Amino acid sequence: MRITCPLCGPRDRREFYYYGSEDYLTRPEGEDWDAIDAHLHLRNNPAGRVRDLWYHDMGCTSWLVVTRDTVTHEVFGAALVADGGVSISAKMKSKGGAA
Amino acid sequence: MRIDGKGSVDRAAPVRFRFDGVEYQGFKGDTLASALMANGVRVVGRSFKYHRPRGVLTAGSEEPNALVEIIEDRQQTPNVRATVQEIYEGMEAKSQNRWPSLKFDVLAVNDLAAPFLSAGFYYKTFMWPRAFWERIYEPLIRRAAGLGSLSGRHDEADYEKAFAFCDLLVIGAGPAGLAAALQAARAGADVILADEGVAMGGRLLADSGQIDGKPAGEWVRDVLAELGAMPNVRLMTRTSVTGVYDGGTYSALERVGLHVAARPDLPRECFWRIVAGQAVLAAGAQERMIAFADNDRPGIMTASAIRTYLNHYGVSLGKRVTIFANNDDARQTARDLMAAGVEVAAIIDARPDAPVAEDCPVYAGAEVVGTKGRHGLTSITVRHRGGDMQIETDCLGVSGGWNPLVHLTCHMNGRPVWDASLAAFLPRAGAVPGMHVAGAAAGVFSTAGCLTSGAAVAVQALGVLGRKAVPMELPLAENAGYDILPLWEVKGKGRAWLDFANDVTTKDVRLAAQENFASVEHMKRYTTQGMAPDQGKNSNVGALAVLADATGRGIPETGTTTFRPPFSPVSIAAMGAGGRAEGFAPQRFMTSHSASVERGAPMIEAGMWYRPSYFPRMGESTWREACDREVTMVRGTVGVCDVSTLGKIDIQGRDAARFLDLVYTNMFSTLPVGRVRYGLMLRADGHVLDDGTTARLGENHYLMTTTTAAAGLVMRHLEFVAQAYCAGWDVRFISVTENWAQFAVAGPMAKALLETLVEVDLPFMGCGPVQLDQVAARLFRISFSGEQGYEIAVPARYGEALFRDLLARAETMGGGAYGMEALNVLRIEKGFITHAEIHGRTTAFDIGMEKMVSAKKDCIGKGAAARPGMVGAERDQLVGLRPVNDVAISAGAHLFNPGTEVTRVNDQGYVTSVGYSPTLGGYLGMAFLRDGRARHGEMVRLVDHLRKIDVLCEVSDPVFHDPEGVKLRG
Amino acid sequence: MADLIAKTPLWGQGAVVSGGVTLAEVDLGQVTSVAPFVGQEKTLAAALKPLVFPAPNMVSAKGAARLVWTGRGQAFLIGAVPDGLDGLAALTDQSDGWAGVSLTGAGAVDVLARLIPLDLRDMAVGACARTSLGHMAVVLIRVKDGFELLVFRSMARTAWHELEVAMKMRAARLAC
Repeated sequence: MRITCPLCGPRDRREFYYYGSEDYLTRPEGEDWDAIDAHLHLRNNPAGRVRDLWYHDMGCTSWLVVTRDTVTHEVFGAALVADGGVSISAKMKSKGGAA
Repeated sequence: MRIDGKGSVDRAAPVRFRFDGVEYQGFKGDTLASALMANGVRVVGRSFKYHRPRGVLTAGSEEPNALVEIIEDRQQTPNVRATVQEIYEGMEAKSQNRWPSLKFDVLAVNDLAAPFLSAGFYYKTFMWPRAFWERIYEPLIRRAAGLGSLSGRHDEADYEKAFAFCDLLVIGAGPAGLAAALQAARAGADVILADEGVAMGGRLLADSGQIDGKPAGEWVRDVLAELGAMPNVRLMTRTSVTGVYDGGTYSALERVGLHVAARPDLPRECFWRIVAGQAVLAAGAQERMIAFADNDRPGIMTASAIRTYLNHYGVSLGKRVTIFANNDDARQTARDLMAAGVEVAAIIDARPDAPVAEDCPVYAGAEVVGTKGRHGLTSITVRHRGGDMQIETDCLGVSGGWNPLVHLTCHMNGRPVWDASLAAFLPRAGAVPGMHVAGAAAGVFSTAGCLTSGAAVAVQALGVLGRKAVPMELPLAENAGYDILPLWEVKGKGRAWLDFANDVTTKDVRLAAQENFASVEHMKRYTTQGMAPDQGKNSNVGALAVLADATGRGIPETGTTTFRPPFSPVSIAAMGAGGRAEGFAPQRFMTSHSASVERGAPMIEAGMWYRPSYFPRMGESTWREACDREVTMVRGTVGVCDVSTLGKIDIQGRDAARFLDLVYTNMFSTLPVGRVRYGLMLRADGHVLDDGTTARLGENHYLMTTTTAAAGLVMRHLEFVAQAYCAGWDVRFISVTENWAQFAVAGPMAKALLETLVEVDLPFMGCGPVQLDQVAARLFRISFSGEQGYEIAVPARYGEALFRDLLARAETMGGGAYGMEALNVLRIEKGFITHAEIHGRTTAFDIGMEKMVSAKKDCIGKGAAARPGMVGAERDQLVGLRPVNDVAISAGAHLFNPGTEVTRVNDQGYVTSVGYSPTLGGYLGMAFLRDGRARHGEMVRLVDHLRKIDVLCEVSDPVFHDPEGVKLRG
Repeated sequence: MADLIAKTPLWGQGAVVSGGVTLAEVDLGQVTSVAPFVGQEKTLAAALKPLVFPAPNMVSAKGAARLVWTGRGQAFLIGAVPDGLDGLAALTDQSDGWAGVSLTGAGAVDVLARLIPLDLRDMAVGACARTSLGHMAVVLIRVKDGFELLVFRSMARTAWHELEVAMKMRAARLAC
């Protein structure tokens, strides 16, 4: 598997650390237990496109939102979290239980 | 026997080798198989289950029979295919799966018991009594069945791994692959051409064909010369592409040093990861057998293998050869043999309308129905026009047609497509993104067709790569058709083998169908067909055809099993190349490493770091003596300890304070410059991530320390918080762990020691720059021991010198170095936590630090930490423990209320850290106890079944030593 | 008063030559990480002259001074004093945190192909990369005769060992 880091270019999967769904980017505030639960635990598990967080640990230390397909394994692209993770276009954004 | 004038082995270079203790001679260029055949050796192994004598079946990596052990000085490699292994001077090979000898094998008795050993026999036979399975049946079966044996030693030979990148990877260097590589290379693309053979050319080397009116070998030489001279081409011989992975990544195994005697630093194999923009699969096709009674005798082989041994190695196993085929291609074997002067007794052609004009008898519409010869074929029985006849023959070449090698097209879940006219599975178009299939692998069997298809797919690939193809004229070559009459099995009496390597016959497949293991995946697992080292390359298509017949379904409906990597066997050692010792995990050394080792300190691993366990002195015979002395030394005089392994993160910017307030539970924006504060960090889920001290070096400049264990984790966490939640904030941070060597100087005389070096004027939890001669250093007044303590940091280049200097000064004051053991006891006495306590399941509440979660501000994990169930009496809370008797207690032990039964439901908590305290004269423990803070003064029962400890302990506050912190501040 | 002797990360380690490739420790001189503060990019650019803050994977060089891109919003100023940059960028001394080694000779690329999962085909002088050397983070800089590698000081011996093993295996292949 290869991921094209927006800064470093195409790199082997081994340079990256996997975290989880982009849902982690939406941080709940206060003591809204449901929102916290959704942020931490509630995930969709789609057969198809997902947007996940990866860390370019052995590279530029950027956090990335990687769009890929869980069925074909195709990687569509990666965007910098620091840029709002937007360069992949917001249309792919699929929200699950998180409010 | 050798055939004069044939083959490309170097007749001027004899090579001596041994097989089963007997010395033979072959030539440079021989495989073990060809050399043994040249010496008339027919039996090379015994079959897996029935221990039948077996000979060489093929001439390639798919060989199911000729599996041998290669014996070297410190190495014993089992299941080596004799058809791949090149001979070298002094090579020692041994046959497998026989005892006491290949000729006389005791377990050949299994063959007589065959009626009882059919598919699934052990599921049925060895069921009862149940206890017998593990102790009797399984060991027995393991000894009887199975392949080679291992040396029992670690494999300490050299293996290599490597990465390669190219525009186009061409897999297979037969006519299609060579044409593809040439087409792409001429267009300027970076090409890797990989072939599993020693020499490139594929079947052009094994057949006697011509290209452009010259022997095909000359064309191959010319093409390779052109490719070899191009800087954009890499030719990789002895390299099997074994797997296809996501993103154009391919694995390949190169046999680097297996064809020569072991020599220093020469890797045996190299495991390649090749990343290719596009790929051409030109892996060719593999000839398949026909199942007929006793078709496994030594001397029976594929017709194309006979041709390969004749044309490429100059060897014929037979003096009087017969051919049994259902297609035109096998005729060439007969013609080549006759041209070389080898007698061909007959061609038995299953096709009723087969042409009969050859220079030998041809029986059209005939079948081989039986064979004779225990240790080598002596005759075959042929059924022709309703009658049987015997033909004396010592070698039978069989061709049931050709299977395109579609394997790699199926590694990403692709399924091949059945082609009835070729009676073969073909690759499904687009099964692997970026992979094009050419030549025989795509079902194109003529040489001219291969050349055309190779060049054509290369042009396609170039198009995707955005390169313009240069027009290329293809040479003239054979363009024969491929006429085949499907024939999988000759029905009749006797056992007809499908899977030679796992001893699976047509009968077994039919039995599977009869017992309703009718899906191809079930049949495979029930019979073990296709599960041997050849992974069914010689038997899958035949077996599923027999299954299709038995179940009344067609072949396409029956389908294939799943093709998975690797294409051919890959040694684990090659896949794990470079993964031992330093290659497994880098060794991180502190600047004080040599000085500690010189003092006899055993170095222990702390993550990747190596830290001194203790510093033994004369007269001390156990680590405990040294540890007790070091603890007492720190409490009494002064100790020095290298603490450079702690993570140090330099944080700067106008928003640095704000950032720290977000990641720490407590407030850092209020910390004065020149002061240090202890901080606690939570994960998003509210559990403790890490702790440490952070110093404010300037208004917008902080220095954070992390624990050794979590340094990388914290860095990743800070990056996430900064990038995900703090866009636009003016905060910059970078690790400076490696830049500074830092030493703890602790004990009542710590200040006195440091004053001999630098100016020491710091309040408790103060910090500041100091000048150490010419060196700009940093001094912190912090303590992890509970004593008056300082940490002094210098640029790492001075680390070793300062450590030695500090030790010398400490020793003159009655102090010295202390190691990890003493450090651990000191912190337990003081109730300081480490990752033994903040192990990922504990909260700030659990460790008694909930007051450190500031109510005045938000922080990561704050909301989650306040959830129901995360606080309260039901939580296990940090306490101290002291056994009532002076006995050793252990970390990992569990706690129970006195008088209750020691069962899981009565569990009250567990011990995280223990140590013997010379200060308090007994063992101390830190533990998590249900509602523990309300239970100080109570007794609990500590039980460790593993170490046989069962003792009452008194629960207390975790701070045993100097609870008021007088010494710390003094 | 202490008289502290300075030691390089690979103190006592002589250069190794194998198969025409040379591995040697490099004295990097002063190394400072430079991470521009928010809104200071223009002022910083002026202060950096004649160097420029490098684009990702690039090196800006003038004489002995080099500004090497080392990550998101970060570069290392190597071989020069970071004068006049205070307040424009977060500056940290990294001079002692890294071991520098050079791998030179025609086969250097082949040696690195054993350890670095990176496409080095088009890496020209003036380019750099953050990547991994085995399990170690590395700053890889293309130089005239080969490469310079920066690894964490504590891992210098491991990096050296790994490179030396790769060199020897390559040499043994050449001799085979």
